[in-house]
Amino acid sequence: MATMVQAIRMALHVGESRLGVTDIFGEDVGPPLGGVFTATQGLKTAWNSPLDERGIVGMAIGLALAGRKPVAEIQFCDYAFNTVDLLKIAGNTYWSSAGDWNVPMVLMTPVGAGIRGSIYHSHSFDAQATRIPGWKIVMPSNPRDAYGLLLSAIVDPNPVFFLKPKALLRAKARPGEEIPGEPGDDKALSKMIDAPLGDRSKWQPEWPKLDDLFIPIGEARTARAGQHVTVLTYGRNVPMALAAADELAREESVEVEVIDLRSLHPYDWTAIKASVKKTHRVLCLNEDTEITNFGEHLVRRIVEELFYELWAPPALLAGAHVPGIGLADNLEHASVPTKDKVKQALKDLAKQVP
Amino acid sequence: MSTSFETSSSSATPGGSGAKELAPDLALKIHDLMLKARVLEDRLITMYRQGDGYFWIGGPGEEAFNVPLGLLVDKGQGIQHDYLHLHYRSSATLLALGADPVDSLRQMKNTATDPYSRGRNFAGHYSARKWNVAPISSPIEVQYSIAPGTALAQRAAGSKGITIVQGGDAGTAEGDFATCLVWSSRKGTELPILIIVTNNKYGISTPYEGQHGEVRISDRGKAFGMQTATIDGNDVESAYWGLKKAIDYVRTERKPYLLEAMVSRLNGHSSASGANFVKDELDCLASWEKKLEERKLKTRAEMDEMRAKYTQELLEASKRVREEPQPAGESIWDHVFAAKNHVAGEG
Repeated sequence: MATMVQAIRMALHVGESRLGVTDIFGEDVGPPLGGVFTATQGLKTAWNSPLDERGIVGMAIGLALAGRKPVAEIQFCDYAFNTVDLLKIAGNTYWSSAGDWNVPMVLMTPVGAGIRGSIYHSHSFDAQATRIPGWKIVMPSNPRDAYGLLLSAIVDPNPVFFLKPKALLRAKARPGEEIPGEPGDDKALSKMIDAPLGDRSKWQPEWPKLDDLFIPIGEARTARAGQHVTVLTYGRNVPMALAAADELAREESVEVEVIDLRSLHPYDWTAIKASVKKTHRVLCLNEDTEITNFGEHLVRRIVEELFYELWAPPALLAGAHVPGIGLADNLEHASVPTKDKVKQALKDLAKQVP
Repeated sequence: MSTSFETSSSSATPGGSGAKELAPDLALKIHDLMLKARVLEDRLITMYRQGDGYFWIGGPGEEAFNVPLGLLVDKGQGIQHDYLHLHYRSSATLLALGADPVDSLRQMKNTATDPYSRGRNFAGHYSARKWNVAPISSPIEVQYSIAPGTALAQRAAGSKGITIVQGGDAGTAEGDFATCLVWSSRKGTELPILIIVTNNKYGISTPYEGQHGEVRISDRGKAFGMQTATIDGNDVESAYWGLKKAIDYVRTERKPYLLEAMVSRLNGHSSASGANFVKDELDCLASWEKKLEERKLKTRAEMDEMRAKYTQELLEASKRVREEPQPAGESIWDHVFAAKNHVAGEG
């Protein structure tokens, strides 16, 4: 079964072969490298851009306005911060022109900690992205969702952020996370679509016959059912929450419901509401810094609309509000949620009774 | 303001009065549009002062350049026509494309009938997909980053259309201008793009000398192997032929061209700096009218009559626009997300 980075590559292949993707570009995205995480290896429309993030976003907007379907990449989201006013333009063009021009582009960028990336390769961008209206924002937690969300992002007529949880890019899929059409044998898949080391000039991928899978933007997934506490999370923290939940079930008989939001905007309020009404306790979990965090928005709405359903104050477990992620293991672990912190937060919530 | 500029390309059009005369019909058409554009901007300033708008920004003083630009464009929708990434001094270009001046009044009055933004954006912030006019945005430089995208799309499609991007001299201090030069001139991927800088020698209230070390902004294109020129944008014929040469080059060679046009700024930067008429700047409309008189194409009286007529028409239009509906508050939720991919031909 595919890793997330292979899933992204296969989705882009489907995109350029039958969904109208015309340009996949960014720094080192084209040959010979195919992206620093290899997400764009072997794609026929992939090309290298100048090292200029504003140029990448501007180019994507321009291509989109001219009716093409670009998928652009900012190599690390840490380098997207100097493009924020262009991101704002991509998000406001349809609105400001009163429906005259839409901007059908996808912007991919790896986010978050987990690869010991230190200060400039560990930023999160999810809270930042939700502050830019007019964008749809998705973030997968497994290869199947990565594939299905990217296909949906590609066919969407609006600008869509595809946030890649970099800590999960090379994680293997688990049962139930298959991509329709992929070979079941990992080695066979790798032989088909992973570029060899060394000279790649003559290498061509052999793409499996992949089926369409459109995971609707705005639809959450119940990653684990439970009746005592809800976790609202996405991306890298989904498998972390699942592991914590499994341990809590064994050790404390606490059943945690894990809701993988998948889309940050629009988000699935129906699913959130149903789960909170079921468990009456909720933890919002993500690794962006905690002050003005997207999870804070969810907490606010839950308090406003579901206050009398709650048996405990809704909680947020997020990244520490410090200027960066330090390189040393201890510093990174102290800066972002870990399985132990998630477990403790869930245990504390589960104990509370009105 | 000098009326003569050295040009950097080998066979560039000489500036100032040395430029080839325009045929009478075209000369008069340009005058008509320049006059309409000037009267329109005057009406917009008056509307702002009378409380019929919240902010004025526009381009009185750039008509001699902006009208020929609009006339020389291959106008239309889609990849086979020219794309325009303009700025908020472009009302004369829009009029030359065929825009109704009353629609500019609607945008000033932020009515629901404003076709450019439905009351959402400032005066002069046009958007016209039917003519490939990309939405004009208040940041003064972002169009320089976006324009290479439409140019690359044209290159990929083998289109005969070109991309034209225009900004002011102050905006060239931003990195987006460098982005435009870099992305337009990559070896083997040169783009069919005309990069225009209208240099009025001010960034709001900061003079050119306070912002720039370079003598000519157009010189910056030389480092990228581009054809470049600096022309007198206050002289209709220099502007027309300078633009035509640049557009023909881009259309034929499918390569970038950097054109700097020296222009006046007659009314301050915007209502933020007062919008008062600046008497010591050369007025391109007055100069052109003097030429038309000398060539016996129009009399002073005829031109005064035209101005009075257009002024009256726009005064009456502004009264009508005042009565048009304002957008409803709940319309903020319209057009947040598109349901169809309009730019790709859906819906």
